[in-house]
Amino acid sequence: MKLITAVIQPHTLDAVGTALKAVEVRGMTVSEADGFGRQKGHTEIYRGAEYTVDLVPKKKVEVLAEDADVSAIIEAIIAATQSGTIGDGKIWVTTVDEVIRVRTGATGSEAL
Amino acid sequence: MEPTLDTGVTAWMLVSASLVLLMTPGLAFFYGGMTRSTSVLNMMMMVLAAMGVVGTIYVLWGWSMSYGASIGGIVGNPFDQFGLGGSFDPITFVDDAETLYVPTIVDVGFQVTFAMITVALIAGAIADRAKFGTWLIFVALWVTLSYFPMAHMVWGGGALSDEGWFAGIAAPVDFAGGTVVHINAGVAGLVLALVVGVRTGFGTEVFRPHNLPFVMLGAALLWFGWFGFNAGSAYGANQIAGLAWVNTTTATAAAILGWMIVDKVRHGKPTGLGVASAIVAGLVAITPAAGALSPLGSIILGVVVGALCALAVGLKHKLGFDDSLDVVGVHLVGGLVGTIAIGFLATDGGLFHGGGFRLLLVQVLIALVAVVFSGIVTTVIALLLKVTLGWRVTEENEASGIDLAEHAETAYEGISR
Repeated sequence: MKLITAVIQPHTLDAVGTALKAVEVRGMTVSEADGFGRQKGHTEIYRGAEYTVDLVPKKKVEVLAEDADVSAIIEAIIAATQSGTIGDGKIWVTTVDEVIRVRTGATGSEAL
Repeated sequence: MEPTLDTGVTAWMLVSASLVLLMTPGLAFFYGGMTRSTSVLNMMMMVLAAMGVVGTIYVLWGWSMSYGASIGGIVGNPFDQFGLGGSFDPITFVDDAETLYVPTIVDVGFQVTFAMITVALIAGAIADRAKFGTWLIFVALWVTLSYFPMAHMVWGGGALSDEGWFAGIAAPVDFAGGTVVHINAGVAGLVLALVVGVRTGFGTEVFRPHNLPFVMLGAALLWFGWFGFNAGSAYGANQIAGLAWVNTTTATAAAILGWMIVDKVRHGKPTGLGVASAIVAGLVAITPAAGALSPLGSIILGVVVGALCALAVGLKHKLGFDDSLDVVGVHLVGGLVGTIAIGFLATDGGLFHGGGFRLLLVQVLIALVAVVFSGIVTTVIALLLKVTLGWRVTEENEASGIDLAEHAETAYEGISR
């Protein structure tokens, strides 16, 4: 069991959702995220005063998956988000010890 | 001949009063959007509660101190028409033949709205950090000791009117309140910003406006309300009111262009906050001049004030005073530009219209008197409150949010600034 976490450009969220459904992912969790990577912040100007905004707004998408499905999901996310420019985001995969469906108490693959 | 009620003018004055009243809640949005999300309620409350204080005071002694029996041309006697009693004359004539009149109570309604907006304007200079109670006491003292005397001097037949100190040189022009409202409030804002001190983190931290659409909504309401302010100040439904209406629009339109040009040249992009600010700057500058300029003259004034205010709002960062929402950069600068520009651009007596220097001199003099008078009065009140009640909330409350600390409310769920 793996947890795939992807930090993506906010405007690519719909495309990611569609791509994940196409590879039969059964659920995902989305949250707002601010951060910085190689893409630096930007400058905003209010009444002539310049402010540097260091943190860039992103969406964080989390998907639980069977080990065998991980590479297909990663490919789907990349296909939906890759523009080739700095700021496209990052994906990482972590091992998950246990997953439980709250409604039924089912565990493991059944809980996905 | 028995005087007749002028129903047309009376109706227009009631509409104008209502329009001007709308400006102050509009100002609450204009200012509220510019603060942090943790102090928007406090800012809007400073504005709305000022309406509460001034609206109550005005009929008690405000009208009398503005238009009652003069004490040396400086202020009206507060007891002369206290509570709209005493020598209060229920009839105001609107024509020289004294055949047409409006009820004076209509003028009371019109004037109270001016007093409200003027003192509310000052709130922007001390956003995010002032004790609410101290602010309310300040409102009561300042409107009494600075606004009512200025209104008396300029509009109540006092020292700065066409019967006053400078009448021998030329009749001073302040159509709708360049001195009484904008220079007065602008100087008070500067003094308060200095006395109250900078926000924690000023100069190092980011104070980003939390809701620019609020600011634009506020600017729109101000512009709409300003037609009552300026065209209503014609005290007639006539040619002058029409001229003031048109000038109020053209000067403001030109100010938008002036500010956008400065934005574009300095930063490469015209900004939304810039345009919202330009609207107010243009409205401020045309206020004293609305009845005295041609529409072409108002365009010149608008472009100049839009560009100048765009440059002036940066001064606080260079000079280190935290006039948080630019009361000085917009209202003091705009008020001075508008009041003095009359000396150049007035179709009757302006330098550019062959009128010589006399009107210009008088306009500079009334602006100077307004600056000095408001400066001294505000300094005394502000320092008195500083050593008695104190101006500042604690640094912790400033950091965690003044809305919660002073009002036990937050504007938004789960906010962080």
